[in-house]
Order: sequence, then C-alpha cells, then structure tokens
Amino acid sequence: MLAQMMVAENIAFYLIAAMMVFAAVRVVTARNIVHSALYLVLVLAGVAALYILLAAEFIAISQVLVYIGAIIVLFLFGIMLTRAPMGPMYDTDNEQRAVGAAIAALLLGVMGYSLWRGFRDVQFVDLQVQTTNDVANSVFSTYVLPFEIISVVLLAALIGAIVLARRD
Amino acid sequence: MLLNQFLFLAAILFCTGVYGVLARRNGVMVLMSVELMLNAVNINLVAFGAYRHDITGQVFALFVIAIAAAEVGVGLALVLMLYRNRRSIDVDDVDLMKG
Repeated sequence: MLAQMMVAENIAFYLIAAMMVFAAVRVVTARNIVHSALYLVLVLAGVAALYILLAAEFIAISQVLVYIGAIIVLFLFGIMLTRAPMGPMYDTDNEQRAVGAAIAALLLGVMGYSLWRGFRDVQFVDLQVQTTNDVANSVFSTYVLPFEIISVVLLAALIGAIVLARRD
Repeated sequence: MLLNQFLFLAAILFCTGVYGVLARRNGVMVLMSVELMLNAVNINLVAFGAYRHDITGQVFALFVIAIAAAEVGVGLALVLMLYRNRRSIDVDDVDLMKG
C-alpha cells in the first residue's frame, strides 16, 4: 500500500515537473510577451501542485491566491500599460543570449553536481501534513516580529509603487 | 520521493530564470524571470521544511511570497516610469550612467 502511494507520488511529480520545465523554458523564450505571462501561470500552478505533494496546504493556497490571482494580473496590467505589441516581437532577446545560456548552464552544472554529491539518496521519511493551524501558531509566536516587519515592508512598497506610477 | 527530485527541479527553474534575466530586453519579461527564480527558492524552502518536519520552511516561503509581491509592485511602477519618460522599456537602452 505504502509502496503504491510512493509510485503514485513519483508519477505525479514527474508529470508536474515536465510541464513546469517546458513552461519555464517557454517563459524565457516566447516571442509574444502575453504568451510569456500565460506560460508563467503554468509554472506557478505547477509550484502550487508541488506544495500539495509536499503536504504544505496553506502555502499552496497562498501561492494560487497571491501569484496566480494577483501577481499575474499585475504583469498583464504592466504589459497593457507599456503598450507592448500584442503580436510576436522579433527583438525580445539581446546579444548576450549565448553568454546568458552559457552562464545558466554552468550554474546548473555546479548546482546539480553539488546536489548530487550532497543529497544523493536522501528520502522523505513519513511526510506529515503541516496544517494551516501549525503555520499560524508559528507565525504568531516565534516569527511575530518578522511578520510585522514584512507587513510594513509590503505597505511601504505599495505606497511607493502608487507614488511612482501616478500621473501628476 | 527523493529530496533531490525537488532540489533538481528548483535548480532547473532557477537557471532558467537566470538566463531570462540576462537575455531578455523587455523590462516586464525580466521581472517575470525574477519571479521564476523566487519560486525556485520557495520550492527549496518548503521541500527542506517537509524533510525536517519543521514549519519554519513554510513560514519563510510565506515571507518570500510577500516580498515577491512587493518587488513586482515596485518593479512594474519603475518600468511604467521608464516607459513614460523614454517611450521604450528596453532595459539595454537605460545606459545613462554607463561610462
């Protein structure tokens, strides 16, 4: 029974992972900027699915609400307000493409090697559901000061964004 | 499931984001690539939290989500200012301070 569960989890993981990698590559290579934003939705939904797989319910819900609900809409507003061409553009990438790809591949090589060396056979042992209740207890006891600070940061950033973006 | 599955996926997402930041011209596209990188970090935090049975990973991922929201708000406002002043959001055109 447990072994079957593990197989199902693995199949789910690899399906989601394949979708996410494809969508992430399309985000950085798509010629059409609106398509880029919509592929980003796929990546973010995949991340939320991974959180469910890791039994982290609250963070998965926050991911859907904050990223897919709010941040993507902000991006689409940004695209509309800067009057990006709706069709494909042919100068979306600069001349550093080859260098950028080389740096990304090098970074992936270094990270992959060290991850492989460091965590080769590390398994998840009896994954427990981390409930919203636990998150709330932790945020409002141990991490209450960082939580308050982050609220002020968010407020300051939003006021700053309004001040920057308004016409006067 | 292996812990490494999640860590490798996060590494791939992060490197895709790095490529996007380096190679894209459009300011909004650069911000999208930064989002990819932040999400990769979040996957790592939640995966390690689940592995160690520690709630701290989730709390930090929550903080990263809040910071990402602030970053996108300010970033898009800056891109909008750039568009109003220069009629273009090509980040390679912003080279006034280049020596």
